[in-house]
Amino acid sequence: MIEVDNLRKSFGDTQVLKGITTTFESGKTNLIIGQSGSGKTVFLKSLLGLHTPDDGTISYSGKPYSEMDIDERVGLRQKIGMVFQGSALFDSMTVEENVMFPLRMFTKMSKSERQDRADMVLKRVNLVNAHKRFPAEISGGMQKRVAIARAIVNRPKYLFCDEPNSGLDPKTAIVIDNLVNEITKEFEITTVINTHDMNSVMEIGEKIVFLRKGLKEWEGSNKEIFKTDNEAVTDFVYSSDLFKKVRQMYIEERN
Amino acid sequence: MTYLTAIGGYFLMIKNVFRRPTKWSILKDLIFKEIEDLIYNSMGIVIFISFFVGGVVAIQTALNIDNPLIPKYLVGFATRQSVILEFAPTFTSIIMAGKMGSYITSSIGTMRVTEQIDALEVMGVNSINYLVLPKIIALMLYPFVVATSMFLGIVGGWAASVYGGYSNSADFIFGLQDEFIPFHVTYAFIKTILFAFILATIPSYHGYFMRGGALEVGKASTTAFVWTSIAIILVNYLTTQLLLG
Ligand SMILES: Nc1ncnc2c1ncn2[C@@H]1O[C@H](COP(=O)(O)OP(=O)(O)O)[C@@H](O)[C@H]1O
Ligand SMILES: [Mg+2]
Repeated sequence: MIEVDNLRKSFGDTQVLKGITTTFESGKTNLIIGQSGSGKTVFLKSLLGLHTPDDGTISYSGKPYSEMDIDERVGLRQKIGMVFQGSALFDSMTVEENVMFPLRMFTKMSKSERQDRADMVLKRVNLVNAHKRFPAEISGGMQKRVAIARAIVNRPKYLFCDEPNSGLDPKTAIVIDNLVNEITKEFEITTVINTHDMNSVMEIGEKIVFLRKGLKEWEGSNKEIFKTDNEAVTDFVYSSDLFKKVRQMYIEERN
Repeated sequence: MTYLTAIGGYFLMIKNVFRRPTKWSILKDLIFKEIEDLIYNSMGIVIFISFFVGGVVAIQTALNIDNPLIPKYLVGFATRQSVILEFAPTFTSIIMAGKMGSYITSSIGTMRVTEQIDALEVMGVNSINYLVLPKIIALMLYPFVVATSMFLGIVGGWAASVYGGYSNSADFIFGLQDEFIPFHVTYAFIKTILFAFILATIPSYHGYFMRGGALEVGKASTTAFVWTSIAIILVNYLTTQLLLG
């Protein structure tokens, strides 16, 4: 479980996060949604300690990050998997080396054990014949899947994904969403995903936090989000024509 | 003020290079890769430049000796002095500030803009140690590059003198041995070790702390070249004043 209390972060004079409070439970897929520029990435990177918050606390399983010493922080980081927006694969390493990297760095596994585990997670993300290729030689969708494989290979307790669907076709996007969701349930992971993809919201949004201009505008589940009266949320949710029509039908049906 | 923060940031980075080290089995691979990229891949250009610049130094010296009272062996003497004292350590290092420096800044900078450095940090890796220490260790072989440059600079000078008809081989070799001060070589290698450290760390700093995208990676490489050169020239001046002055 991750608890966030009054998180604030500014860069120079621009306040990006203006006091955000929320909780992410384990075994749940938590989504952060909001327009681009609303502070989702900064929020996620603050959770990870890549940005130091100006104020507020972030607690992992009850322990505030700011009170952890360096060993505790390193220990926590090793239980975190992160899928970056641009995948952030190490481009000097092959797909397989990328996936084995956290194991090589932090476990005492032998080479063949690492190999087996990498095979297993790569199969899991539906990548079976790209082991020896370099990131530059595979498509964006495949890179995303490698990034997910690398994030889950060391059995993390916390999984973060920054726009895992951006740049993917809708079909692949759904596959990836479901994969992340399945893994979350299977290993009781606390998963936090940044997205502005409404398909993801409908498919896997067990808990949704809507950010707007650095504040938490709304939170709830995907069942509730289509019924809320909050205008900012409905504006965002019904930003596509398709959804506007769906909502129209829903309202007509109700009357 | 911004210069002061940059200098402060640079020394903080140096401190972090030596903290929380990466596992030896991984570090070892990184070091070998850097030796190949930084040292081995620089040898070609160093060999080429040293040979020809040594030749030019010899020809220039010979052409400037009009006075019949000045002995011909001076060509060998002057070539040795300029190659060992300045050309091989300093001039080569300025060229390496361009060659190795832009490679280091752009490779680390690309990792920064594509969030690969964030990925390392998230995993709990000390990314500064992971990226910079292997380069510092690989560049401990840099004196070998400079020694090669010294040797080939002198060979180039000899070849140009003898085959260009400016001096004969015996005179040139006599000049090479004339009034040889061993400390000059020590001085040259002390400079070289300092330059090696500068070559590994200043371009790393500019790559590691850059912001922006691909365009900024290019700009950072240029800035890194300028500051690496300036640092080399200043350190050259200071060591010369301290050790020879
Ligand atoms: N390192 C940084 N320095 C300065 N400003 C930043 C930095 N990172 C993000 N910002 C600013 O914070 C705001 C929110 O950015 P971001 O979190 O990336 O939005 P989102 O991910 O929701 O699209 C933007 O206005 C952006 O310019
Ligand atoms: Mg973002």
